[in-house]
Amino acid sequence: MGFLIGLFWLAAVIVASMALGWLFRTIAIAISPHGVAKEFRTMPLTAGFGLLMILTYVFVAIFAPIIAPFPETEIVGREYQAWDNVHLLGTDNLGRDMLSRLIYGARNTVGIAFVTTALAFILGSVLGLLAAVVGGWLDQFLSRTVDVLMAIPALIFALLLLTIVGTSIINMIIVIAVIDATRVFRLARAVAMNIVVMDYVEAAKLRGEGLWRLITREILPNAMAPLVAEFGLRFCFVFLTISALSFLGLGIQPPTADWGSMVKDNATLISFGDITPLLPAGAIALLTVSVNFVVDWQLHRASGLKE
Amino acid sequence: MSETHKDVLLTMKGLRIEGRSDEQWMEIVKGVDLTLHKGEVLGLIGESGAGKSTIGLAAMGFARDGCRISGGEIMFDGINMRETSETERRNLRGKRIAYVAQSAAASFNPSHKLIDQYSEAPIQHSVMSRSEAQGDAIDLYRRMQLPNPDEIGFRYPHQVSGGQLQRAMTAMAMACRPDLIIFDEPTTALDVTTQIEVLSAIRDIVEQFDTAAIYITHDLAVVAQMADKIKVLLKGEEVEESDTKSMLNNPTQDYTKSLWAVRSFTRPDQPPVEKGTTPVVSVRNVTAGYGSIDVLKGISFDIHARRTMAVVGESGSGKSTTARVITGLLPPRRGEVLFNGEALPPDYRNRSRDQLRQAQMIYQMADTALNPKLKLRDLIGRPAQMYLGLQGKQLEDRIKDLLNLIELEPDQYIDRLPSELSGGQKQRIGIARALAAEPQFIICDEVTSALDQLVAEGILKLLDKLQGEFNLAYMFITHDLATVKAIADEVVVMKEGIVVEKGPKAEMFQPPHDPYTELLLSSVPEMDPDWLSTLLEERARKASGA
Repeated sequence: MGFLIGLFWLAAVIVASMALGWLFRTIAIAISPHGVAKEFRTMPLTAGFGLLMILTYVFVAIFAPIIAPFPETEIVGREYQAWDNVHLLGTDNLGRDMLSRLIYGARNTVGIAFVTTALAFILGSVLGLLAAVVGGWLDQFLSRTVDVLMAIPALIFALLLLTIVGTSIINMIIVIAVIDATRVFRLARAVAMNIVVMDYVEAAKLRGEGLWRLITREILPNAMAPLVAEFGLRFCFVFLTISALSFLGLGIQPPTADWGSMVKDNATLISFGDITPLLPAGAIALLTVSVNFVVDWQLHRASGLKE
Repeated sequence: MSETHKDVLLTMKGLRIEGRSDEQWMEIVKGVDLTLHKGEVLGLIGESGAGKSTIGLAAMGFARDGCRISGGEIMFDGINMRETSETERRNLRGKRIAYVAQSAAASFNPSHKLIDQYSEAPIQHSVMSRSEAQGDAIDLYRRMQLPNPDEIGFRYPHQVSGGQLQRAMTAMAMACRPDLIIFDEPTTALDVTTQIEVLSAIRDIVEQFDTAAIYITHDLAVVAQMADKIKVLLKGEEVEESDTKSMLNNPTQDYTKSLWAVRSFTRPDQPPVEKGTTPVVSVRNVTAGYGSIDVLKGISFDIHARRTMAVVGESGSGKSTTARVITGLLPPRRGEVLFNGEALPPDYRNRSRDQLRQAQMIYQMADTALNPKLKLRDLIGRPAQMYLGLQGKQLEDRIKDLLNLIELEPDQYIDRLPSELSGGQKQRIGIARALAAEPQFIICDEVTSALDQLVAEGILKLLDKLQGEFNLAYMFITHDLATVKAIADEVVVMKEGIVVEKGPKAEMFQPPHDPYTELLLSSVPEMDPDWLSTLLEERARKASGA
């Protein structure tokens, strides 16, 4: 019986999500200018839902101080208070408001993940395209360096580096960005390799175009589709890495709210059958799924894949 | 089954096929009727987009992805191909109906040996055991006149040449002794000399086994050799159908006549170049190659202003390598390239912007030669902006002038992407991009070989007109001698990296020839249906006489 009820709720959640996605898509088509509206029409319901969720996260992150009922780090009650009218999601192990921390966590975790991914992408794709276009010893040097970096398991490598350089948000961003840039490098280089041999790149070289223009005008626009898809996936990985590092105590440092460490701090409650500590984990899961929905749609559109 | 229907193998009645584009169904075959008797060869001809291949595939009850058979009836030997089950259709395919694709190189699985791929269909359809199939394959390879028939099957596709691969593919189609084979442009990608071997092999084997065939091509001279009757298609509709002889001698429809007349474009002869004028481009004793192999072995020729030099030869003869040497992509090992009497730096990276501007290139595949993400405005405008420093209004005017020159309406096309153009229009953009640099010399690398005859003719006329207007020198790389006849002033015949013969066009097409030129010239298919038989007899006689 319990299984059936679970199944019912699952179906209800899926239907509700799709309904939300449909609603969002209809509104988006209605309010956006003609060219953009055409894009939105190709959007499946999953992507509509994903996009809506991402926008919600962004909204929450930007307006965290206004939305959150209590400050991020202040102790406002007893430890492990249950859900009530004042503290909607109860309090954590130190008596801080759970909902407020969840809202501020969006700001920290999502914001840092975005900056890190962007940095990894700029680094990885610039070097990758450069390696493909210039070739020769530069390509050899960069590729072999990346091979060496990739030979070490990512999480262990990140732990090692953070132990050496010390834990701070800046250090963490740089360390994760460098490690993830190696993956982006490989993709960008592989994609660019196929584009570099095209006649139009040869024509541009013969025209006497410089390296910068060659990369930005001839190669990058044609490599965008796989890179955008990779950006979405990479964002999820970075996000999970940050949460994992925070959970292990080397990521975002207390008292800053962060979803990874929030799970760790309140893990004791799980033994009492309370789902509160799983809420940050759920927030991570929801964002990851949403990003992938949107990425799938973009990938479909750019590559012309069939159903 | 009644007696009268006994020898009819395939009938199509009112066949309609739709293709999906931009979210709606468009009809691409609009009610075509077709009857094919046992042992008969039907030639399907038409330009690209005429629906030739689609009809060919429909004979197997198959529609490509994004297409559907929407109406009409397809009867194959009493079986309704539209209504029968997919299992039944699959049983017929490969066993009773076989298909030979245009590019054998792309159709063979590169990681299996030829003979294993040959055996696949007979084993799948339980016609033969593996050892029987292999013995049969060797027999067919012999009949297809493949060299070393006993061993060639044990090679991988990349280890045999294009012409051999196409013959191996035909042999493979024959494996189950089908009643019907569909040949989809089997020789289009081949050199003329190789084409003859493949054509004669296909014709012999179809005759030997009394197989019916649908032969799809856009080359009339080829279809004249192969088919018993010809059907002309235009935009999914039948123009006319009759037996080969009467079709060639007196076509009734205007469209058919225009197809026949295509090869008539010839530009007037230019006066001979005055002695002592400096050639625009002069290639002197150039030896060049990749790795340790010399592809070019000491070639020399001159190209003068307002003249077209055609460089002819089979694939692998070094035509494109010559272009790479002139443009500086491949610095020569020995020898030099002079431009207006001055030596060009061997590597393009060391050339000045002006030197780069003077020599432009038009590519064979317009699809890959234009950046798909740039608008025509940027594609054409960039060289003008870069070399001539045009900005704003001036640049805009220049782009519009160029579009007018290539006969595209500027306001309609200036903001389009290459993907929104047809093949011929893309090639015109390639020409406009070359012109935008205001060069003295343009290399045209097989610019018409990917285009339909009528479209190609338009491009040749345009190039000719522009040459007169801007005093251009052309180097025209081609393997198609009809194109040479149409546009060249002088011809260079290349073979294995050596210039075999060079001289004015008139001399080239008059005997005496170099033996290789003779072979090339005689291999160009002619409209006469008996041409292939006569030629093969003649060659056999010469070979036995010598």
